[in-house]
Amino acid sequence: MTEDMSQYPLRLEGDNIPMVRFQNVRKSYGALTVLDDLNLDVDAGEMVTIIGPSGSGKTTVLRMLMTLETINGGVIYVDGEPLTHMEKGGVLVPANPAHIRRIRSKIGMCFQHFNLFPHMTALQNCMEGPVQVLGLPRKEAEERSMELLQMVGMADKRDQHPSRLSGGQQQRVAIARALAMRPKVMLFDEVTSALDPEVIGEVTNVIRKLVDAHNLTMLMVTHQMGFAKDISDRVCFFFNGAIEEQAAPSDLFENPQRERTQQFLNAVLESN
Amino acid sequence: MPYFEFLETYGGRFLEGSLITVVQFVLATIVSVVVALSFGLMRMSSNLAVKSFATVYIEIFRGTSLLVQLFWIFFVLPLFGITLDKFTAGFIAVGMNMGAYGAELVRGAILAVPKGQWEAAKAINMTPAQRMRRIILPQAFVIMLPPWGNLVIEIMKGTALVALISVTDLMFEARQINISTFLSVQTFGTALIIYYVFARFLITPFMRFFERSMARKIGRA
Ligand SMILES: Nc1ncnc2c1ncn2[C@@H]1O[C@H](COP(=O)(O)OP(=O)(O)OP(=O)(O)O)[C@@H](O)[C@H]1O
Ligand SMILES: [Mg+2]
Repeated sequence: MTEDMSQYPLRLEGDNIPMVRFQNVRKSYGALTVLDDLNLDVDAGEMVTIIGPSGSGKTTVLRMLMTLETINGGVIYVDGEPLTHMEKGGVLVPANPAHIRRIRSKIGMCFQHFNLFPHMTALQNCMEGPVQVLGLPRKEAEERSMELLQMVGMADKRDQHPSRLSGGQQQRVAIARALAMRPKVMLFDEVTSALDPEVIGEVTNVIRKLVDAHNLTMLMVTHQMGFAKDISDRVCFFFNGAIEEQAAPSDLFENPQRERTQQFLNAVLESN
Repeated sequence: MPYFEFLETYGGRFLEGSLITVVQFVLATIVSVVVALSFGLMRMSSNLAVKSFATVYIEIFRGTSLLVQLFWIFFVLPLFGITLDKFTAGFIAVGMNMGAYGAELVRGAILAVPKGQWEAAKAINMTPAQRMRRIILPQAFVIMLPPWGNLVIEIMKGTALVALISVTDLMFEARQINISTFLSVQTFGTALIIYYVFARFLITPFMRFFERSMARKIGRA
C-alpha cells in the first residue's frame, strides 16, 4: 500500500506551473473508494467548473483541497508547493499542521449552507480571519472587510447577525468573509443550491464579478448548467469518482464526446 | 411557641446560615464551572492519556455519592498530607462533583455545534485553539445554558451536605436549632422554604435572564 513518493516532485518548477495540481489523488472512506487516481490541473486565474451526478465525488475534490478531508494517496500541489506533503530528507512526507496552515492560507471556500458564524455580525464575520489569523490591526481589517461587503452589496447590513439575513445575503457575506483572507484560490461548493430561485442571481452576479476581475483561480461545483456554461473556462464532468470528460464549456455542453456526459446533460435538461 | 416568636428568636441564625449557604453555593459553582470546562475539553482531547484521565475522573465523581466524596476530601485526604479546612473542603467537594456532571454538558454542547462551523473556521485558517475559543465555545455556551440552569440548582441543593462536616450553613443551623428546641416542623419548614425561594425565585429567574441575554447576543432571539 505504501506509495513510491520519489515519483512526485518536491515542488513544481517551470514557467507555466498550475495554481492547483491533483496528482494521482486517491480518496476512500473505508472500503468505499470515492476518488480514484485523480489528475487535474487548474491554471492561475482559471475558472474550472465541476459537474456530475450526485455522489460522483465533486464535493470531495473541493474538501480535499480545503484540507477538510485527508487524502489516501497522491499529492495535491498549490501554487507550486505540495499542500498535503512536505519535503523531508529529499522526499515528500505527510505534511505537519504548520505546513498545512501555511499552504492553506492560499485557499478560501464557500459552502452550500454558508456556515456564517451566528454569534457575529456580517462585518465581524469578515473581520474574524484578518484580525485573528492574519493579525491585521482592527482598523485595517475593517476597511478591507467593508470594501468586500460593498463589493457583494452587503455594506448596509454590516451590523446584522446572520439570523437576520436571507440565504442569498448570507451567502454573499460568506463570499466576502472568504475573500477577506486574500486567497489565491476560491472554492465554491453548490453555493446556490440552498437558495430560493429568485435570489440565486444575486450570488451568481458576485461570482461573475470575481471572474471578470481575473486574479483568482476558482473551482466551482454547481448544478446550474447555464451559469457554468457562461462563466467557466473549462468544465469537468465527474462520473463515479473520476473525470469522465473535460472541455471548454461550449464544447462540453454542445458537443459532448462521451456517452455518459450526453446522458447526464440530457437528464439535466429534461428536469429543467 | 408561635411561629412569629420562633422566627424572632432564631431568625438571626437562619440568616447567618443562609449567608454561608450562599457563599458555599457561589464558590461551588465557580469550582464546578472550571472543572466542567477543563474536564469537558480534556474528554475531547485526541491525546489518549488526557482523555482517559478525564473519563476516569468523570466516572468516579458521577458514579459515587457526593456525601462519600465530601468525607473523603475532608477526612481521608489529610492522611495523604492534603488538609483542607472544613469550609474549603465543603465547596471544593460540591464543585468537583457537580463539575463532573457539567463536563458532560460542556462536551455535549460542543458536539452539538454544527460541523459546518468547524469547517468554516478551518477554511479561514484558524488554529484548533482559535476555532474552539472564538467559534465553537461561544456557540456551545448558549446551547448548554438551559441544562446548566438545572445543574446550578443541584449545586445549591448539594451544598446542604456540607453541614455534615460542620460547616455552619443553613442546614447546620437548622439542625442545631432543632436539637435545642425540638420544633422540627417550624425549623425544617423554614429551611425548606428558604432553599425553595433561593432556587425558584433567585437562581431560576437569573439563569433565564442570562439565557435570554446570551441568545440575544448571538442573534438567536
Ligand atoms: N464522510 C463520509 N463518509 C463516508 N462516505 C462519504 C463521506 N463523504 C462522502 N462520502 C461518499 O463519497 C461519495 C462522493 O461524495 P461527494 O459528496 O463528493 O459527492 P458529490 O458529487 O458532491 O454529490 P452531490 O451532488 O450529492 O453533492 C458519495 O458516495 C458519498 O456517499
Ligand atoms: Mg456535493
